[in-house]
Formats: sequence, C-alpha cells, structure tokens
Amino acid sequence: MIELAWLIPLLPAIAFFIIIFLVRPLRLFSALTAVVAIGLSFAFSLAVLAEVIWRGISMEQPLELASRWLALPGLTVEAGLLIDPLTAVMLVVVTSVSLLVAIYSIGYMHGDPGFSVFFAYISLFVSSMLGLVVANNYFQMFFFWELVGLCSYLLIGFYLHRPTAVAANIKAFVVNRIGDFGFMLGTFMLFLGFGTFNFLELAEAFKGANPAFLTLTALLVFCGPVAKSAQFPLHVWLPDAMEGPTPVSALIHAATMVAAGVYLLARGFILFASAPQAQLVVAYIGGFTAILAATMALAQEDIKRILAYSTISQLGYMVMAMGVGSLTAGMFHLTTHAFFKALLFLAAGSIYHALDELNIYRMGGLAKSMKITSGTLVIGALALAGVPPFSGFWSKDEILLAAYSHGYAGLYVLATITAFLTSFYIFRLVFVALFGRERAAFHAHEAPGVMTVPLVLLAVLAVVAGFVGAPFVAHGFGSFVYFAEPEHAVPNITVMAVSTAVALLGIGGAWWVYGRRQPASEPLAAVAPALHRLLYHRYYIDDFYLWIFRVIVLGLGAAFNWCERHVVDGIFDGLADCIRASGRRLRRVQVGRLQSYALVIFAAVVIIVFWMALPVLGGIR
Amino acid sequence: MSFPVLSTILLAPVAGLLTILCLPEREERLIKITAAVATFVSLAFSVYVFLAYDKAKAGLQFLETIPWVQPFGINYALGVDGMSVPLVLLTAIVIFTGVFASWDMEHRVKEFFVFLLMLVTGVFGVFMSRDLFFFYFFFEVAVIPMYILIGVWGSTRKEYSAMKLTLYLLVGSAFALIGLISLYLAGSAALGYPTFDIATLGSVGYDLSFQRWVSFLILFGFGVLVPIWPLHLWSPDGHVAAPTAVSMLHAGVLMKLGAYALLRVGAFFMPEGIKFWAPLIAVLCLVNVVYGALVAMQQRDLKFVIGYSSVSHMGYVLLGVAALNLFSITGAVTQMFAHGIMTALFFALVGQVYHKSHTREIALFGGLAHQMPRVAAGWLIGGLASLGLPGLNNFVAEFLIFIGAFTREQALFGGLLSFRVIAVLATLGVVVTAIYVLRVFKHVFLGPRQAQWDHLRDAHGAEVVPIAVLCGVLILFGILPSPLVDVIQVSVGSLVAKLESAVQIGGIF
Repeated sequence: MIELAWLIPLLPAIAFFIIIFLVRPLRLFSALTAVVAIGLSFAFSLAVLAEVIWRGISMEQPLELASRWLALPGLTVEAGLLIDPLTAVMLVVVTSVSLLVAIYSIGYMHGDPGFSVFFAYISLFVSSMLGLVVANNYFQMFFFWELVGLCSYLLIGFYLHRPTAVAANIKAFVVNRIGDFGFMLGTFMLFLGFGTFNFLELAEAFKGANPAFLTLTALLVFCGPVAKSAQFPLHVWLPDAMEGPTPVSALIHAATMVAAGVYLLARGFILFASAPQAQLVVAYIGGFTAILAATMALAQEDIKRILAYSTISQLGYMVMAMGVGSLTAGMFHLTTHAFFKALLFLAAGSIYHALDELNIYRMGGLAKSMKITSGTLVIGALALAGVPPFSGFWSKDEILLAAYSHGYAGLYVLATITAFLTSFYIFRLVFVALFGRERAAFHAHEAPGVMTVPLVLLAVLAVVAGFVGAPFVAHGFGSFVYFAEPEHAVPNITVMAVSTAVALLGIGGAWWVYGRRQPASEPLAAVAPALHRLLYHRYYIDDFYLWIFRVIVLGLGAAFNWCERHVVDGIFDGLADCIRASGRRLRRVQVGRLQSYALVIFAAVVIIVFWMALPVLGGIR
Repeated sequence: MSFPVLSTILLAPVAGLLTILCLPEREERLIKITAAVATFVSLAFSVYVFLAYDKAKAGLQFLETIPWVQPFGINYALGVDGMSVPLVLLTAIVIFTGVFASWDMEHRVKEFFVFLLMLVTGVFGVFMSRDLFFFYFFFEVAVIPMYILIGVWGSTRKEYSAMKLTLYLLVGSAFALIGLISLYLAGSAALGYPTFDIATLGSVGYDLSFQRWVSFLILFGFGVLVPIWPLHLWSPDGHVAAPTAVSMLHAGVLMKLGAYALLRVGAFFMPEGIKFWAPLIAVLCLVNVVYGALVAMQQRDLKFVIGYSSVSHMGYVLLGVAALNLFSITGAVTQMFAHGIMTALFFALVGQVYHKSHTREIALFGGLAHQMPRVAAGWLIGGLASLGLPGLNNFVAEFLIFIGAFTREQALFGGLLSFRVIAVLATLGVVVTAIYVLRVFKHVFLGPRQAQWDHLRDAHGAEVVPIAVLCGVLILFGILPSPLVDVIQVSVGSLVAKLESAVQIGGIF
C-alpha cells in the first residue's frame, strides 16, 4: 500500500486538469471531482498511517522511494517519497482538513461564478501541499513550496474584481519570495557543502561538518519558514491574505500551507539540531512572533483578521517549540491547531455567509439564531484558549513544558503571557459576536447541512485530537513522532496549572470587559487611544515596508530608468548624431569650387615640403 | 546519403517563401496557410530531430555536406549537436506559433510573410551551420529582413527603432566579422590548408594573446545581440516597434543567436580568451539582471516591460556563460530555450491585446481577465515562468545557472569580488522580477470589470494556437525537464572538458 503513496499527491493534480479542461462548465461535477480526489487521497493517507504503525516504520527507519528527476554529472535531483511517522501524520492532517473544507465549500461557494475554478485551485493546492509533505529532499520541498505559494496567490486574489484582494495577493507572493530567496540560497549551500539535497544523506553528512557553515545554512533555510509561516519580520502578508474566500483562509492560511514552514523545520530538524545558534534564533523568533501577533489581535475588529493574527501567534508557538528542541511538541500543536483553527475559520465563514458582515461590532446575539455555528465556534475558542480537556490545552502544554524543562525561562514566561492574551482575544470575539445584544439589523440563519456537518466533525476533532498526545496516554504522539529518541510526556502539574489558570483568567477578563458590559465599540480605543492605534496599525510595520518599497525600490528603478534614457541611450544616440553632424560638416569640403580645391592642394604642398625639409632644418631628431 | 532532415527544416520556409511569391496578393488566406504549412514542416522535422538525436553518441549528428568553393574551403555543411538541437526546436516552435499570431495581419500580407520566412531561414541556418562562412552568411540573412519588417509593419517610432536596431547589429557583426576572418586566417595557417569547418578550426590551439583580442571582438560583436549591457538599447526599442510575429522571433530567437555564437565560436574556439573575459561578462550580466528588472518596473508600455524583462533574463544566460561550468552552461542553453518560448508567448499575447484595443498603455487597462480569460491565463503562465516558478521550464534553467554560478569558486578583480557574491545578487533578481511581473498582471488583468473594454473578444480560433502551444511547452519541460536537459548536457560536457583543460591566463582581471 505504501508503495502506492505517490498517488496521494497525484490524484488531486489529475482532478485539477480534469476540472480545467473537461468538466468546468458542469459546476456540481467540478466540485464532486475535487471532493472525490481529495477523499481518495484521504483514504490512502489513512492507509499509509495504518501501515506505518503496523509495519513499525519509525523515525529512525523511514521508507524511501525515489526516482531521478534531473541528473547531470555531479548533480542529481530526485523526485521521491519519504514515509515516516512525521509524513504519515502530516498527510492525514492535510487530507482530512482539505476534505472537510472542500465539502464545506460546496455550500459556501454556491452561486459564485468562479465555482468550478475554485475547486480546480483547491485541488491544485492539495496536490502541491501533499507533494511537499512526501518530499524526500530539499529540492522537491522547494519545488512544491513555491507551488503552494502560487495556489495561495491565486486563491487570495480569487475575487479578482476586489482591489484589496488583488493587492493582497501580490503582497503575499512577494513577501514569500523574499523568504524563498533565502531558502533557495540555503539549498544551494547544502549542495555546495554536501553535494546532495536528500534529507537522509544530508543527515549523515552533517556529522562533523563545519559548525559555522551549518549555522549560516540553517539560518538561510529558516528564511523560508519565516515567510511561509508568517514569522516576524515577514508576517505582514498573512492578515491581508484574508481577502480570499473563507474556506481558503481556513485551509491554506490557517491549517495547512502556513504550517508548511513548521513542517520544514521538523523535516530538517537535524540541520537545526546541528547548529545550536541557529536553533536559538528560531526559538526567539517564534516566541517573539507569538506575543507580537497576540497583541495585534487584541485591537482588530474584523473576525477573520483576529483569527489571522491568532494564526501567526500560534505558528510562533510551533516555531518556538522547534527552536527549543521539541519536534514532538511543535508537530503536536500543528495537528491540533489545524483542526481547531480550521473550525474557527469555517465558523466565521458560516457567519459571513449568513450576515455578509465581518466586523464583530456589527454582530451580536448570534448564539440564538445560529446554534450549530456558535456552538462549534465556542468549542474552537476553548481549544485555542487552551482550556482542558480541549485539544489545544494538551499541545500548548507540551510546548510550554518543553520551553520550561529545556531551560528557556524567558521564553516560557513569554509563552505563558501569550496564552493569557490568546484566551482573552478569542473570547473577546466570542462575547462580542455571539452573545449579548444584536448590534445591527440582520437576519441570521443557520448554514445548510453541507456546511454544518464539516463544522461538527471538526469540532469533534478539536475536542478529541489532543488525547493522542496527552501525558496519560501510553505510546502517544511523542513515542511516534520525535527526533532522536521517543518523548514520553511527563505531566508537570505546575506548568499545567499555570496554563489552565491563565486561560481561565483570559476568559474571565474578556467576560468582564466585553461580556458583561456589551460595548458598542472597542473600549480600548476610548481608554488608551494611542495604544489602540499602535496595535490596530500593527505597530506600523506594514507602513514601514511600504515606504521601503515606494521610496527605495521604485526610486532606484526611476533613477535607473532616467539613466537608461538619458545616459546610456544619450551616449549612443549622441554618437550617431556626431557621425551625422561630421558628415554634414565634411560635405562642405566637396562643394565643387575649383579655387578652393586649388587652395587645398597648395596648402598640402606647402605642408609636405615643410615636412620633408624638417630634418635639414634640424627639427626632428 | 540519408534523407537530408536538416536541409528540409532549413529549406521548407524557403519553399514556402517561393510559393507565396507566386501567389496573387489578394489571396491572403492562402498565403497564410502556405506559411503555416511551411513552418509546420520545419516544426515536425525539428521535433523529429529532437527526439531522434542520439544522446549516447553525442557530438554532431544529421550531417550533410555539399562542397561549394573548394579553394577557400567553404562547404555547405549542416549538422546539429546537443546545444543546437533545442534551439532549432525553439525556432521552429516560435515561427510556427508566430504565423498564427499574425493571422489577423491585413497590411501587405504577401510581402510580410516573404520577409518573415526569409528571416527564419537565416536563424535556422545559424543554428545548423557547421561552416563558419555559412554561419556568418545566415547570421546576416537573419538581420536584414528585420529592418524591413520593423520599418514597414511596425508601430511606435518604427523608422527610428528599425534604424537603431540595424545599426547596432551591423556594428556588432562588423566586429564579429573581423574576429571570424582572423580565426579563419590563423586557423588555416596553423592547419596548412584553408578551411571554414567549425569543428576543425575549433581544434586549433590559438595563440594566447591572439585569443585574448579576438575573443573580445567576438564578445563585443555577438554580445550586442544577446544583448549585453550597455549595448542593449536596440532591443527594447526594437521589441516595441516590431509587429507581433517579429517581436516573437526577435526576442524569442534572435537574441539567442548572440549567446549561441558566444558559446559556439567564443568558448569553443578560444577557451582561454573567454576565461580571460569571463569576470567582465559576470559583472555586466549582473547589471543586465538587476538593472534590467528595475527599469522594467518603471515602464508604462506593455511591450517595454517585456523588452526590459528580456534584458534582465538574458543576463541569466550571460551569467551561465560566465561561470563556465557544466551546470551553468547547461542552464544557459536551457534558459535560451525557455526564455525564447516564454517571451514569444508574451509578445503573442500583447499582440492580441494591442490589435483589439489599439493601446499598450498599462495605466489604461484594468480587469481584462473578465473579458479575456484565456489571454489572462496565458499571461499568468508566462509571468510565472518569468519569475522562475517551479513546474515551468524557466525554473529548471535558472536553478542550473544559479547552482553553477554558486559553486564556482573564483575571486574576481584581485579578490574585490567573488563569483559567489555575483551569484547571490543575481538570484536576488527573482524577487524583483516577481514584483514587476505581478504588478503588471494586476494592473492589466485584475481589478473591477471596466465597461470600456467590453468590446474586446477573448482569444479564439487561430489566436489560441500560440497560447496553447507555448504554454504547453513551458509546462511540459517544467515538469519533465530531463529530455531537454539531457540533450543539452552531452554537448556542453565536451565544451566544458575543453575549457577545463585550457590554462588560465593572468591579466587585468
């Protein structure tokens, strides 16, 4: 069965081509093609996971299948599959969320003129994402890494008539390109140093390599995840990416694609483990991003943007987990986050579908009219806030524990504060949007079954997914997905108690400010307007980047363009003018007047005679 | 003698040209069909040559020789190796699609196709000649019709641009001619008998100082055609003025003649000479890449954007040539092919937009994807190829060039600069490219639907042929690059072996 794993990425790719070239006019058929293909991939992924467990394929003994894609003497690029527990888990996460989102989209995108194209893009995305997951080498990783970026570009700009959407997709692509530039140089460094891109061969080669070289390489490779997983300072594209249709935000910009950066850190974990200084950078970037984004989320009013900042913050947790050296904790949080964040986004999409409104201060009281949506959203919020026994609690606890026990006290404190902020901002959303009074006149109605069923299924996953890695489970997640040696989670009562306490504190605080008083607009804006402005404008980081682009990049372009037209062209056109002008002058020499010809002849004779007489006169020696 | 495949490719356009000459002027449709059939014959045989080229045997294949002027050693000799096979295929694809892109040509149709076919005959000839005399002969055959094609059927300052283009190229070819004659004289003197055979002349070990100066002549002469900065200005102006099919050939194929000649005559004849000048090429190529991309960002005319993007992308070809190793030169030839296809696609699309809207001003457009979804899709694929997205042919080429340049350990200019720094800066070009390509795409095709463009009809009928064929080729060789790269690398391998055995000459660099 595992030998057929290459079908997993291939099936959605086939669906893409079938939809684009064959069934595009038949809308429902297009959706079905995509859903069936993704469904089959999901089934295959489950089979792969089962077989990995059954055959005892472990992190140390992965299964690799590869064929040559491009070969020159001294350079081999493979297309291959690397199947180990990490791959198997990621495959199941990606395909399951994709399948649910695809089904949900049948309802959400109903009536959209681009319905078929939407499903084609989704299929292409799923295919690229799965190609990335199964990659056995850095080159293939980069190949699909860029392709998921393309799908992200296409889907952010899906509503191409919206100017904001088509500005956001360029921003996303270019910011990712900057990260990918570093990633590409990193892969070149790997090739330069070790002559291969293959993960397993590289793992062997790192032993005894020059540490400084490895550190530089690791930092360059890390540029990729910084952009893709929206870490500071390249986090700016993700909030804008919310211009895409909500299922896209759920699938690509929350659950799967943005997690690819974390997955790369896991896949290339040995590179970072061999370069401790680079790993330290990873840890602090992750921790800083987590708290930075959480503060930004406090002041946003757009429901999707709140969730977007939350995603950045949670990705920061995962990156930090990788940095402090716990692959298990990072991947565990990736898994649970995929479910509960997809749930939160789909619930937000269901609200938007009903109200055509994203601002939480124009909602309110939705719990009465949209029971399923509200119920599932609260479950997602509890999971995100890290309230036991919801899934987010277990995975976040693992990360906090890893930071705590590996001696990163500062990061532990930072992450705990972030946990408080997380539960505060998400319950701010819950209290303002779902409870209290209706702030605007609207007719909320519950979404159709094709949308609510995926919501309920995701809600179930958001509750139970954490148990696979809970500390009381023997042979849990940590004995399956790990680096170097299996991790047996030992429950630390202090860490658990503190994280539960801050989560509850956050909920209580949110209730005190937003639930009890039911404000009509953001109270922070009234209390501390300067702070609110700073947070609302994301610390003006985006504006700073825009300034760099407008003034420096475009300025340089304008300067070069001026130089092109006036200096370079000027010289050559000037040369041509010179020749033309000298021709015009020289023309006067031959006007046909005999007298002037005679004069020239006479002058020439005088000069020649003088020249010949020079030696006699003693001029030239 | 077996069936003369290469002569068939070369002479099919000539046959078409002669047939068109006999047709009455008003039979426009028949003229176009004749051109399409003639170029299709070339295309079919080019595909055959591409598939039938024996990679295990390598070297020159499909040889044909007819003695011509014996006392001077001039022969009509054709043959292709791994470097020329993809370029012959490229030429055939571009001219075939170019004929369809000219399907709506209405002005002096007969003469247009006569000159177009003459032009392409010259290009085919350059790529297939094994004889230095015919190499130069075909080179000039390719340049001259360009003047007439732009001057008569062009737009936007056509006389100025046509004259500029011709002057630049003729000045270049004058330098190249001196170089080629020197090589002929020196080579024949060393061999003891006169010959123009490229392989024979290439096997002569030329004197080092001779190599240094003659390779500069060759570099200057053919560098104009690449175009190497600062001798590039004929190309954006020429692109803009030329009619669609001519732009396609011009950017798609003609520029590759220069780079091909640099490798075929420059590196192959004078390995030491090229090594001597390589640092200069490396620095200039960086200017091409970065400067070209930044200038492209500032353009307001669609064709100028593509013109400068070509300057930028041909910089990658030069980088590949300058790095002088197997990866980089293989990448450079792959890039010639990929860029040729991509830029032909761009010009075909601009041609359609311009023909229907009568403007190329970027600021006037917006939301064209609503009216012209196929054109938009084609443009997007071309743009993605241009910014080096994996899955499209250009990525493979750029990847090979970068990795070749990156692995080259060489300090330039007495240690002031290392080759790796140039490689890194050139790689940065992919970010700038992404910015201008996507911005133009946004300004022209995305955004709200505009009623003033509702009369534009999407690509249909013959217009779909170039989009489908060119996009298909980009995707095919993007997903499966081995068939293309394997053909190229067998011949690059022997060139690199020769380069590596050559001694390094010290000097000003």
